[in-house]
Amino acid sequence: MPVIEVTHLKKRYGDLVAVDDVSFAVEAGEIFGVLGPNGAGKTTTVECVAGLRVPDGGGVSVLGLDPRRDAAQLRQRVGVQLQESQLPDRLRVAEALELYASFYRNPADPAELIDKLGLGEKRNTPYKKLSGGQKQRLSIALALVGNPEIAILDELTTGLDPQARRDTWGLIEQVRDSGVTIVLVTHFMEEAERLCDRVAVIDRGRVVALDSPAGLVSTVAPEQRIRFRPSAPVDDRLLTDLPEVSAVQRTGSQVVVTGTGDLLHAVTSVLARHQIVAADLRLEQSTLDDAFVELTGHRPAN
Amino acid sequence: MHAFRNILRTEARLYLRDLPTLLTTIGLPTLILVVLGLVPSLRKPDPTFDGQTFVSYFAPSLLVVTLAMVGVNTLPSVLATYRERGVLRRLATTPAHPAALLAAQLVLALAGILASALLLILVARLAFGVPFPRHPLGFTLAFILGTAALLSLGLLVAAVARTTKAAQALAVPLFLVTMFFGGVYLPRFLLPDVVARIGDYTPPGVQALLDAWTGTSPRPLHLAIMAVIAVAAGVGAAKLFRWE
Repeated sequence: MPVIEVTHLKKRYGDLVAVDDVSFAVEAGEIFGVLGPNGAGKTTTVECVAGLRVPDGGGVSVLGLDPRRDAAQLRQRVGVQLQESQLPDRLRVAEALELYASFYRNPADPAELIDKLGLGEKRNTPYKKLSGGQKQRLSIALALVGNPEIAILDELTTGLDPQARRDTWGLIEQVRDSGVTIVLVTHFMEEAERLCDRVAVIDRGRVVALDSPAGLVSTVAPEQRIRFRPSAPVDDRLLTDLPEVSAVQRTGSQVVVTGTGDLLHAVTSVLARHQIVAADLRLEQSTLDDAFVELTGHRPAN
Repeated sequence: MHAFRNILRTEARLYLRDLPTLLTTIGLPTLILVVLGLVPSLRKPDPTFDGQTFVSYFAPSLLVVTLAMVGVNTLPSVLATYRERGVLRRLATTPAHPAALLAAQLVLALAGILASALLLILVARLAFGVPFPRHPLGFTLAFILGTAALLSLGLLVAAVARTTKAAQALAVPLFLVTMFFGGVYLPRFLLPDVVARIGDYTPPGVQALLDAWTGTSPRPLHLAIMAVIAVAAGVGAAKLFRWE
């Protein structure tokens, strides 16, 4: 039973079609990624799910409810972290969480949440004095303070340094482990690969792929590459005869074999049979980055 | 209501935390009054002002200072900043409505205006013998309507300005015009008559305040115009206001 169902969602701003035809379903307890280049319609899609925008067509159902008609109920049960949403400069961490906790019927304990998010030492620090990572963690805390069943997090780690980004990822995994379903909007492929159980890739207002990150990579960009320096001369045919191999190139003393399937096993076995040792052996597999480029024709950001 | 109360309490804390702004808002008119009051000749009755002292003639114009600062300057900038920084949007995702934040800001603006006016009236009375408003009811009415007109204009600025910068670009000239016609920059007896008469009808309606403070009851037309401005600007702001 999916907790979020989006069917043929459409949203236009004047002449600009932001979302053309988007459908997906999010299962309870998963981390669901919404990926896509800038301006693909990701944010508009989740804003429709969050009930902040009225779709021009199609349906959205969240926890079996309508985000517009049942807005009051859903605001109690869905936590949202919006892109570039700040707080007043002088508002302190604990004050912000206590205020937001007071809006909900069954809020989390603000003090506990502050500790859990590693903001314990900053509880009396004004918003302005927090670092980017701390602001982001506070923002996540505010999305979680109502004890939501679903958390929608838009561009979670944009602008964070690599360490803060990794810390935030760890945090999101903890949140999921506590039973919250998470919808994660991102354009960082590394983030999606690390966190998401499934991802929907959106491009120009349409879903162009929907799969697990590994599934996407193996269907969209299955190519692998092996580099090594052979201990004895290798005849190219030895390798090209293998069904897994599509091409063999040489750069200096290095041999580069491209192919699909169980390429590594096939190549190492044939080398072993001919008593050739592969030195400096390296396997390069496609990443979600490559799959993303294949799907959208865009380079992902960063 | 529950959310509004908590938001108001938090916003009040933030308001009190910004001490320089708080002191300026509440104390500046009184400070100017005291400085002028230290000049002996300005404390002497003068036929130019129907036998009043300059200080008591000028006091209503000093009321305009805080009204203009808060109404057309602070209020729209704060609201535009909250919108630009996504504070209102974030609130819209919670069970609380962003309108509660707007309402809290209005309450604080009113509290600042009221505190500033009370301080000015009190100091004028105690230090410089300016009588308490002779027509308390008329004065209260003129003050409420003038305040409402300026706050509505401030909300209208917050409604039409897309960004904080745009809000300030609109607020600054409006502030200067309000101060000028309110006779703050140049006392109104020095202004050409036509300018002074225009000032009777620009918010907050300084002539009505002056009348009610030191002489006759305010003229209904002056009050009616303020009410019309308050309602028109208020409705315009309500129609045009965007939460994001």
